[in-house]
Amino acid sequence: MVARKVADAPVNPTSMDLEGDRALVIARAFDAPARIVFEAWTRADLVRRWWAPRSHQVSVVSCEADVRVGGRFRYVMRKDGSRDDLAFSGEYREVTPWSRLVYTHVFEPAGGPPALVTVTFEERDGKTHLVAHELYPSAEVREAVLASGMEHGMRETLDQLEALVASLH
Amino acid sequence: VVETFAALAEPNRFRIVELLRAGPRSVNDIGERLALNQPQVSKHLRVLKQAGLVDVEPRAQQRLYGLRAQPLRRLREWLERYRRLWDARFDELTELIDELKRKEMSDGRKKGR
Repeated sequence: MVARKVADAPVNPTSMDLEGDRALVIARAFDAPARIVFEAWTRADLVRRWWAPRSHQVSVVSCEADVRVGGRFRYVMRKDGSRDDLAFSGEYREVTPWSRLVYTHVFEPAGGPPALVTVTFEERDGKTHLVAHELYPSAEVREAVLASGMEHGMRETLDQLEALVASLH
Repeated sequence: VVETFAALAEPNRFRIVELLRAGPRSVNDIGERLALNQPQVSKHLRVLKQAGLVDVEPRAQQRLYGLRAQPLRRLREWLERYRRLWDARFDELTELIDELKRKEMSDGRKKGR
């Protein structure tokens, strides 16, 4: 099935596409060799520096990752002012340094079967094109993940909302 | 919203929604443009109608099917918010990567001496 461009603002370099009824495809390019992007994506001491974006009023509580096939990772974040830990964890299924990762991924408070995430790092002209393909167990779970984006404390201005609505036509 | 997703996941239904973005059309018109037979189109329209994605309006001698903006708007809002979360993450990742690059370059210079 063809991936659909449904939310991709031209000024913003992160693209997000729906694929079929269970998958989400997130892509972004980085001005660095794949080796560095791969390290930053996998090493726990580096992940903790970008996983919980400050602009979303969240911070990292802990970050562990045993990056090898069968190894597990667990990232915990917390929303500012909250006492609830939000833990994400999973198991590595495939680890090909600097080019490809496959791992399961589950949001612990929600439980249920995990998503399968495939991340590819493709180096072209000194830039690394990262594509994260998230395959959810069902359309319902994908919907829940999208809906949860709304709870990350994002403040919408009326202007942004209007621009969004205008872009529908 | 899960109904919206499910309804749109079927490729022909997605094509119908794409077609209706230009304006309301009759069953026959949709069938001709997408090379689908009338029962197929009617079946898909029924699902789209149940999901609240299309509405019927009688016009002259025929019934025209048109898009309803609301469910699509909500879907796009959700997607856009999730995209922004990743965008914020990637912005921080970019900063980190720049820092790692600088560090590597200065380490490289030290080694070169």
